[in-house]
Amino acid sequence: MGFDYAPAPESRAVVDIKGSYGLFINGEFTPTIDGTTFKSINPATEEVLAEITAAGSSDVDRAVAAARTAYETTWGRMPGAVRAKYLYRIARLIAERSRELAVLESIDNGKPIRESRDVDIPLVSAHFFYYAGWADKLGYAGFGADPRPIGVAAQVIPWNFPLLMLAWKIAPALACGNTVVLKPAETTPLTALLFAEICQQADLPPGVVNIITGAGETGRMLVEHPDVDKIAFTGSTAVGRAIAKSIAGTRKRLTLELGGKAANIVFDDAPIDQAVEGIVNGIFFNQGHVCCAGSRLLVQESIAPDVLDALKRRMALLRVGDPLDKNTDVGAINSAEQLSRIRELTDAGSAEGADAWSAPCELPDQGFWFRPTIFTGVSQAHRIAREEIFGPVLSVLTFRTPAEAIEKANNTPYGLSAGIWTDKGSRILAVADKLRAGVVWANTFNKFDPTSPFGGYKESGYGREGGRHGLEAYLAH
Amino acid sequence: MSATALADVTASNAALRQFLHGLPGVDAVGLEARAAMLATRSIKTTSKAWAIDLAIRMVDLTTLEGADTPGKVRALCAKAQRPDTRSPDCPSVAAVCVYPSMAGIAAAELRGTGIHVASVATAFPSGQVPLPVKLADTAAAVEAGADEIDMVINRGAFLSGRYAEVFDEIVAIKQACGSAHLKVILETGELGSYDNVRRASWIGMLAGGDFIKTSTGKVTPAATLPVTLLMLEAVRDLQALHGRKIGVKPAGGIRTTKDAIKYLVVVNETVGDGWLDPDWFRFGASTLLNDLLMQREKLSTGRYAGPDYVTLD
Amino acid sequence: MKTYKLFIGGGFPRSESGRSYVVTSVAGTHLANAALASRKDVRDAVVAARAAVAGWSGTTAYNRGQVLYRVAEMLESRRDQFISQVRATEGGSAVAASSLVDAAIDRWVWYAGWTDKISQVYGNANPVAGPYFNLSSPEPTGIVGVIAPADSSLLGLVSVIAPAIAVGNTVIVLASDDRPLPAVTLAEVLATSDLPGGVVNVLTGHITETAPILAAHMDVNAIDLTGVADADLATSLEVAAAENLKRVIRPPADGVDWTVEPGVERMTALLETKTVWHPKGM
Repeated sequence: MGFDYAPAPESRAVVDIKGSYGLFINGEFTPTIDGTTFKSINPATEEVLAEITAAGSSDVDRAVAAARTAYETTWGRMPGAVRAKYLYRIARLIAERSRELAVLESIDNGKPIRESRDVDIPLVSAHFFYYAGWADKLGYAGFGADPRPIGVAAQVIPWNFPLLMLAWKIAPALACGNTVVLKPAETTPLTALLFAEICQQADLPPGVVNIITGAGETGRMLVEHPDVDKIAFTGSTAVGRAIAKSIAGTRKRLTLELGGKAANIVFDDAPIDQAVEGIVNGIFFNQGHVCCAGSRLLVQESIAPDVLDALKRRMALLRVGDPLDKNTDVGAINSAEQLSRIRELTDAGSAEGADAWSAPCELPDQGFWFRPTIFTGVSQAHRIAREEIFGPVLSVLTFRTPAEAIEKANNTPYGLSAGIWTDKGSRILAVADKLRAGVVWANTFNKFDPTSPFGGYKESGYGREGGRHGLEAYLAH
Repeated sequence: MSATALADVTASNAALRQFLHGLPGVDAVGLEARAAMLATRSIKTTSKAWAIDLAIRMVDLTTLEGADTPGKVRALCAKAQRPDTRSPDCPSVAAVCVYPSMAGIAAAELRGTGIHVASVATAFPSGQVPLPVKLADTAAAVEAGADEIDMVINRGAFLSGRYAEVFDEIVAIKQACGSAHLKVILETGELGSYDNVRRASWIGMLAGGDFIKTSTGKVTPAATLPVTLLMLEAVRDLQALHGRKIGVKPAGGIRTTKDAIKYLVVVNETVGDGWLDPDWFRFGASTLLNDLLMQREKLSTGRYAGPDYVTLD
Repeated sequence: MKTYKLFIGGGFPRSESGRSYVVTSVAGTHLANAALASRKDVRDAVVAARAAVAGWSGTTAYNRGQVLYRVAEMLESRRDQFISQVRATEGGSAVAASSLVDAAIDRWVWYAGWTDKISQVYGNANPVAGPYFNLSSPEPTGIVGVIAPADSSLLGLVSVIAPAIAVGNTVIVLASDDRPLPAVTLAEVLATSDLPGGVVNVLTGHITETAPILAAHMDVNAIDLTGVADADLATSLEVAAAENLKRVIRPPADGVDWTVEPGVERMTALLETKTVWHPKGM
């Protein structure tokens, strides 16, 4: 008998999901004026979780107006030390309600509870603590002696790290004195709505944070609203491009965090066991729903067979299943739509001649699932080497020399992140110098910290979130 | 690796050094992160019960004190056979581990029980004696009835780069063991880096050890999850290369059931269930056994036990 | 009448000399007795502070910030006690005392928010003229001896302690001779917080006795002379400090308005800058 781990489910009892949710505008939950409703489902089971409101244009108007009023009458003129107090309170409340938030995130998103508990939610709380501490120190940040906020920020976030993306947007905006209207992704609204409750619990002045749920149309109306001063968008490159075009000729400022097709480069002197962990973490963490995922493995040809054997051996240990089981490593794909996109590209991969290998694992009957998969025999000319799959699918390419690795790594319109695995420090630094990517991980991958700026080159977007650099987008100049 | 290739690698200190220093490096942060992730596995209910019984069966119940006497060792042997007097279905431990002077006592007590008699040897724990003394120490323990020998490697030679000397000593001790199994203690707490632990593991395995063992338990840090993970990776790699299967024994500092289960998870997800057996994995421990017994009781009765309900050994 | 003890290594020992002294309010009433620290107590405090350096400076900036935020919450919960103590110690109205206590708590919080930002403001990569990665990062200097302000018994006290420990140093604080009680209460808060023992050590007594020992101690890395009002004493302490080249913060030239936002100098004065070079090459 082997060592089978018995089910170890995290309890859902800590979470209280309402039947339906309105919009959070001006400090209150309010029904829609001219919008519609839609259902949010649990991607692991396909059960309906709640009815969510899709904000209509009058709702967007109301929300922006509430943010404008709050900016002009309270928040925009509030001393930084007072703003800091609200942010500390929010950070503390997030820490206190962390279990509830983690369970809710896993139910709504499909990611394993171990990830939401150990990675997402702690980073969310830490992000608010970090930016709370900047609110009364802006003069030291290198942007002038008394930098001012911009005004009303429209923020649209994706479904892959729902609450963390919310934290990356709201914390710096508020710390600098801006007010916000944020639209969470349509498939993952629940932790944003719970965050709204936390804002009420923290007595945040009405209108400082407004959460309007909805889909693409709501997002479009929000970013195109004339009374918005700044837009922050994380999502697909296609939509980012559309937003950039829509603000041309206006005074609106924009930061974008878009897609990626990161190269994870493994040199022949890499610490192999840790490199294999890094490859696995790079593409299978969060089911590969990560803009900075190491979705292209560039492995030095001389060690490729050994690395691939070790990789397959390691992948066979991945536990795919119930996101609420504490031993689950890989959870559900976020939606039927995303699953079909993954399938379309993996079908293309096989059709174009690459060889697929999937981890042997049982998949549940209900829900949206995809086995962790690697494609070998991939070259730069394959679609699966160019296009972002946004799923647990790794394309494996080889290289002979460091120069070739760099050339292949950079041969993409994207430029968000990259990984370098080698025992040689000078090579790490020389390669990092040449990679056209905003985040370079050496002998590690998918590491995030509130103090560490994150953002891309080229079509992966512009602007940085996190760190001192993350303040710039929210200050007037 | 073929027999000839092995002979080449061990032909000289230079060759051995080149081989050992050519092994892949270990990124310490990455290794520790992997061990920490494995430690988050939640092992409950039936899995936990299975793991506890397995862990009991893997214990090398140990006493290695200057003050050890025949009486003390006899008591330990009784406990080894009957860990829980109130629970006849509780398994017995894998072995008793004692100093060479006590090996005869233990052998007499444990004759016919199937429980192994492990004796430390080679001037445990420091090993700071000439080779002939180490060999005599080993021979005496085997003569007295030990069927397992836990030796210490020559850390002085290792740290000064005399790898061939470390290797040759192990080969000689293995010979002196006769049919007894040899566990090679690396004393990982003295080796200074994970890279050195990897190298020492390979020396121990190539020289013919049946087990590689983390520590004497007399130095801090003793066994840790990352070090054990690293040694299991070496064992895995050696099997892939050579076909030979080698056991692993973490020793020292493993006090609770929770700790022991973490080690079993690491074994499971590194080398697989082929090693989830007392023939291939042991715990060098003394206080661990009573915690395993108390947790075993908690699982079956629902009540927490206390020190009065487990026997002293 | 209560006799307060010293705060060393996370515990509250009596002075090894067994002595204590009378602490009075501004009005002259006997408030309490405080331990009268001796040279041996200073020595013990330095040993405790040294033992705590590796752990405290090795903690992540985030963790230090969390510990300090939690201390601020505890100070907040003892607000009333601090107000009446400050009022008794410094005189003035209840409103004035409340304002000082609130300012002290805010000051502590301000510094708590610096732990994970100071290296972004005071460290940087350097664009050297060659194929080298070059990074300058600040590190804590080690043990800081602090002579606390004589008059500002809580706000001034917090303003000299918080910057030192926020950036990872450990401190030995010589409390104000005449106004030591808020320092003792602060020590009680720290003792029950997550701050590791030895990070802050508080010695009550006469700075004329203890400051020279601290200033001459060869295992202390920096000395903050802020609370030394006597110019001759300050000079002799600076001379003593020069023996092992301690970093010195001199007393202020004029009176200090502790309510004004302090800037980063109290942190940067207690930081060493380490610059690391590494070649960049295939």
